[in-house]
Amino acid sequence: MKHSALWRLVIVAGAVLALEIACRSGLVDRVTMVPPSEMAAALVRMSLSAPWFWPDAGSTFRNIAVATALSIIPGFLVGLVIHALPRLRTVLNPVLLSYYSVPTFVFYPLLIVIFGIGQTSLIVMGAMFGIVAMISATLVAIDRIPRVYGKVARIARLSHWQTALRIQLPAATPHLITGIKLAVAYSVIGVIAGEFIISTAGLGRRLTLSYNGFDTANMYGLILLIFIAVAIVNIVLQRWEARIYDRWYGRRW
Amino acid sequence: MKHRWTDYAILVSAILLLWQVAYYFAGPEAITPPLATVERLGVLMGGARFWDHARASGIAFVYAVALALVGGLVLGIAIGASRTAHQILTPILSTLYSIPKIMLYPVILLVFGLGLSAKVAFGAMHGFFPVALFAIGAIRNIPPVLMRTARVMRLSRVDLVRTVLLPAALPEIVTGLRIGFSTTFLGTLMGEMFASSEGLGFMMIRAMDIHNVPDIMALTLLAFLVATAANALILAVERRVHSHGT
Repeated sequence: MKHSALWRLVIVAGAVLALEIACRSGLVDRVTMVPPSEMAAALVRMSLSAPWFWPDAGSTFRNIAVATALSIIPGFLVGLVIHALPRLRTVLNPVLLSYYSVPTFVFYPLLIVIFGIGQTSLIVMGAMFGIVAMISATLVAIDRIPRVYGKVARIARLSHWQTALRIQLPAATPHLITGIKLAVAYSVIGVIAGEFIISTAGLGRRLTLSYNGFDTANMYGLILLIFIAVAIVNIVLQRWEARIYDRWYGRRW
Repeated sequence: MKHRWTDYAILVSAILLLWQVAYYFAGPEAITPPLATVERLGVLMGGARFWDHARASGIAFVYAVALALVGGLVLGIAIGASRTAHQILTPILSTLYSIPKIMLYPVILLVFGLGLSAKVAFGAMHGFFPVALFAIGAIRNIPPVLMRTARVMRLSRVDLVRTVLLPAALPEIVTGLRIGFSTTFLGTLMGEMFASSEGLGFMMIRAMDIHNVPDIMALTLLAFLVATAANALILAVERRVHSHGT
């Protein structure tokens, strides 16, 4: 495990270095991309001296956090309800599947009409994007609970609630975590896309401003910030997911 | 089976009803009612420029989906076939998959400029990672006993791929292709919204800019219908492949 992590580090470092060389040698011109070292420098500079940096970053990450929570918890509950109604599930299935082929954020201007420009619209946008991933993951998670567990619960004469809490929930965890991972990713897309389109604050707006102002260094600095934040959350969730999958399903070949 | 069609009819009526009720609450500045949306879609589709835009989207999507599916499959199968490559590279791919590609639109614009290649790159970028990840998962999730049996039978590498790996991995690979198809569709539309001057995505963003609610609703309805039809089609294939295995 440690071995592969080391190799991964080497590969990522190599890719960053190659990019640095390509940019510095003029293979990639400076208007298109600045070297990674300058992206990092721009990010540090902004975080130290730009007065908007912390409020905007805070606003974006807070909105993402709320939107994620609003997709995970209601998504899980809606998933439970749909799973309990097989006929509803059969007909809803095509809708759930094609949901992510449509850029839901075209509705963002309509959300602005309803909720006004600000946090609420962005949060609703993010939650709208994330919730369907969580619903689908919940359905899969319950499907994958082995039938024999239910029999064991009956033999042990567990009550309905005990079965749900002690057997079904733990058995469903691996796929639920996959759902959480997707919900985070989609909430980020929803919030950032909203900020791109219309907003008064946030990193997405700053990104558009720096792009429109040909401020390439700052633009890449901001992209780097979002990239790092999402990567960290994803790696933490991935570790957790891998550990639980191993515990439930054993290691694969 | 009969059951199912009445269920679908009930679902569609329920959606239409909810839509109509939402219209009464939110008003015409936010939502266009179902009937007016369909009418508007009819008018749009009768317009002279509409089919030019539709063709532009279609061409971009075909290129993007071909790149995403072929590239994703090749890389996914190559990585999935080796345990070491999987352990080292899969976390990198999965992290790249989870980053919001939408924030890269300025980069795509700077690299490719406004036009077809930007849209294709944006679409392919969205579809590539899920296809690769599903292909990896498909191969890694093959029960170890199948691999051991293959070794006991001293299958050659070619036979191993042909008779064990592909049949066992196919269902999950097809699922990956379906998801790749969906995300490429989304990516292409997004590419058109932010990095193009033609196509259905461009029509959407233009309608958004001038707050033309009927157009937004009509175009979204169209995208949703196309996506649902395509998904249903691939899903039918997928069901056949899945049931073939068991």
